[in-house]
Amino acid sequence: MKRRLIIITIAWMLLWWWPLRYSLESDMALHMTVQIPLLIGIGLLLAPVVRGREPPWLVEADWLGIPGMVAVVLVTSFWMIPRALDSALSDPLTDATKFVTLPLAAGLPLGLSWRRMPPLGRAFIWANFIPKLGAIGGLYLAAPVRLCAYYRIDQQTEAGLALVTVAAALGVSWFFIVFFGLQSAYLKTWLGFQVRTRMECESQAAPLLYGDNR
Amino acid sequence: MIGRGFVPLLVLVAAAGVGALAWETEGFNVVTMNGARQLDIARRPRSLPDVQLMDQDGQLFSLADYKGDPVFVDFIYTRCPAICRPMGDQFHRLLRWQNSHPERQVKLVSISFDLENDGREALRLYGDHYGARAPQWRIAAPLEQSGLDALRQAFGLIVIPDGTGGFIHNGDVYLIDARGRLARALDPDAAPLVFVNALTGIRP
Repeated sequence: MKRRLIIITIAWMLLWWWPLRYSLESDMALHMTVQIPLLIGIGLLLAPVVRGREPPWLVEADWLGIPGMVAVVLVTSFWMIPRALDSALSDPLTDATKFVTLPLAAGLPLGLSWRRMPPLGRAFIWANFIPKLGAIGGLYLAAPVRLCAYYRIDQQTEAGLALVTVAAALGVSWFFIVFFGLQSAYLKTWLGFQVRTRMECESQAAPLLYGDNR
Repeated sequence: MIGRGFVPLLVLVAAAGVGALAWETEGFNVVTMNGARQLDIARRPRSLPDVQLMDQDGQLFSLADYKGDPVFVDFIYTRCPAICRPMGDQFHRLLRWQNSHPERQVKLVSISFDLENDGREALRLYGDHYGARAPQWRIAAPLEQSGLDALRQAFGLIVIPDGTGGFIHNGDVYLIDARGRLARALDPDAAPLVFVNALTGIRP
């Protein structure tokens, strides 16, 4: 746990380190598909450290992980607004806000609340997130005007393409996971579902629908 | 059973999140920095710094000299292959409109932000290309970098390199009212009527 905290701190500081921050933020696609997910990832890494130490009232109030996931959805939506990306570039204070809110208000609640969500809830999140990502990517890909004052139109198109690619990759893997199951127990936990093959489903339909972790 | 504290926590999280989204989008009105600036300028006209400019005839002037008359301003650089063109066309249409409305004064200023390349000769050539004649349509540049910085700040002008030695910049057409305040920022490709309406709309 101590080692994990050190790694998290170093990764966090490394991302904030000017040359790396600049090179990731100077390109819209890297900003949206590398830096922001990495910041969320830092929060995810932090979750196991916090888990088990949460105040009991919070665990109870975060019923089925819903408030936590609402926070994740809203915070990530905020940092997808073109104006927010621009502000992060022009104002270091806004960028610092991004560096705090993405790990702590998106990544961490994602890591903590995800496990409280029943499989159907997780499926709902995935099924909304993937098309949304593709739609935003498609918009960036097709928009004839620049949406960010600090990015060129070609960078915007690239970012759109990157988002569509990520959405397609997620969609395809999700398809295979859902319909063919996953062998790795670790990935099963992290990619969301207690995914089962059809045979498993038939024998264990109830937990798939109602959750097996509560 | 719904967990205790679930509803308050959900309401708190949702209110904070939606509140932040509303704040960032000015009440779900804009998603871009440009849009936010246009809205801000229309709501709260900005006073402008007094900056010395030189036009294509070598005449010195400042935007404050226009007090009493509204004036359209755009930002350009004379080597611009992109957005400066529609802005120039827009200014042309305004001049044409004025021909049929002689009672209206249409005054135009195009300000270059490329001090390195846009000396008086470059300004003159650019003016000739667009048929701009001072004082009705001035092609101008600030005399000093500090003046340019002050204008950039006041107008919210953002210029980034285009990767081939030129620039990309947000191409708003600005309207300064008769009191010398920055009153509107308009999309350069808006319908010509939008500009005419802005001009006639801000006049007391």
